[in-house]
Amino acid sequence: MREINRRDFMKLAGLGGVIFASGLHSSVLGNGDTPPSTTDDFHFVQLSDTHWGFEGPAINPDAKGTLKKAVAAVNSLEEKPDFVVFTGDLTHTTDDGRVRRDRMAEFRDIVAGLNVKTVRFMAGEHDAALDRGNAYQEHFGDLNYTFDHRGVHFVVLDNVSDPQAIVGQAQTKWLEQDLKRLKNDATIVVLTHRPLFDLYPQWDWSTRDGAAVIDVLMPYKNVTVFYGHIHQEHHYLTGHIPHHAAKSLMFPLPAPGSQPKRAPIPWDQAAPYKGLGYRGVEADGRGQYRIIERPIEKG
Amino acid sequence: MKRKIALVIAGLAVILASSSGDAMKAAGSETTVKVTAKKFQYSPAQITVKKGTQVVLEITSEDAKHGFNLPDFGVRADVKPGAVTRVTFIPDKTGTFTFACDVFCGSGHEDMSGQLTVVE
Repeated sequence: MREINRRDFMKLAGLGGVIFASGLHSSVLGNGDTPPSTTDDFHFVQLSDTHWGFEGPAINPDAKGTLKKAVAAVNSLEEKPDFVVFTGDLTHTTDDGRVRRDRMAEFRDIVAGLNVKTVRFMAGEHDAALDRGNAYQEHFGDLNYTFDHRGVHFVVLDNVSDPQAIVGQAQTKWLEQDLKRLKNDATIVVLTHRPLFDLYPQWDWSTRDGAAVIDVLMPYKNVTVFYGHIHQEHHYLTGHIPHHAAKSLMFPLPAPGSQPKRAPIPWDQAAPYKGLGYRGVEADGRGQYRIIERPIEKG
Repeated sequence: MKRKIALVIAGLAVILASSSGDAMKAAGSETTVKVTAKKFQYSPAQITVKKGTQVVLEITSEDAKHGFNLPDFGVRADVKPGAVTRVTFIPDKTGTFTFACDVFCGSGHEDMSGQLTVVE
């Protein structure tokens, strides 16, 4: 297993490859190649860790406005995404079940403003760990599910509703059964909240039984994981499987292990919204991805 | 993962028992430290022990179920209210290592951590 950076993207080509690009610039970083265009081309947008309900003026003085700006930014994209997916921590946690439901309803109302046909949701531990996902399911549906889009099989995995960050044997079995009907070269995307590998367990950046999930995925040649939780762009390989973490839309967190505590990075007055953003993913339907990191204030 | 599990089994003994006495005491080559867990902190949050000495942490929760995870030494345990969770290990390297709650316990969960310093 190893961490990968943008420079390593060339090495990924041909094994569930990925190409990185910046939303600030139109040019692709690296060798400039883009995945070949096919009729199965599509793109989706990943939004993550919106933490609706968070309050902390020193961390994000625009806590009530950032999500709305992100919605506007997505709506302003020149090419409309096929779908938008939120990879967890839609709301900031609260011990009060009524407040939790209020936050979820507010969040749902705001993202209803997304001008896209399909919006997919998944839970983070802030949404689901204190009530085993009850309030989440009332508002957003199942905690784990699958869907297919233009030849790609998407699997949404729940590694948060158990407060111990466990996927669990039953869900792992469900995953195994779901994938059994696919060929081993099928194009598969796993969407989840926590890292499935031990990124930095000292900060609870892991899934306790994530290795069992990766074991199930490993026989399949074209698997890519997109996740959230760590509030920063991060790329990692477990065997041939790339894992791509997305930025937050509320506050950034420091690099794993870079400081004693995983405290949020304070707001930078000189560079508002620094470290926040969302991600566009262009897919060719055959396991090649072009990842475009976009800042909040730009569409 | 199997290796990690084996390490945990080998290095960790979790025993439910009652406890009393000083917060920290050393007997022979064993050091016992009493640790309290509550939302959202451990007390003490800074623990210093000697390398090569058997360390026994007796952890109690004052409110809800918490976790105690010290990955650098393959140590983790659930900490439930009403009982003492005892973890035993021998630190084999010096330095400062983070331990944290790994059972999501509420709005301050991410702040619930401490540091173990191992000296020669």
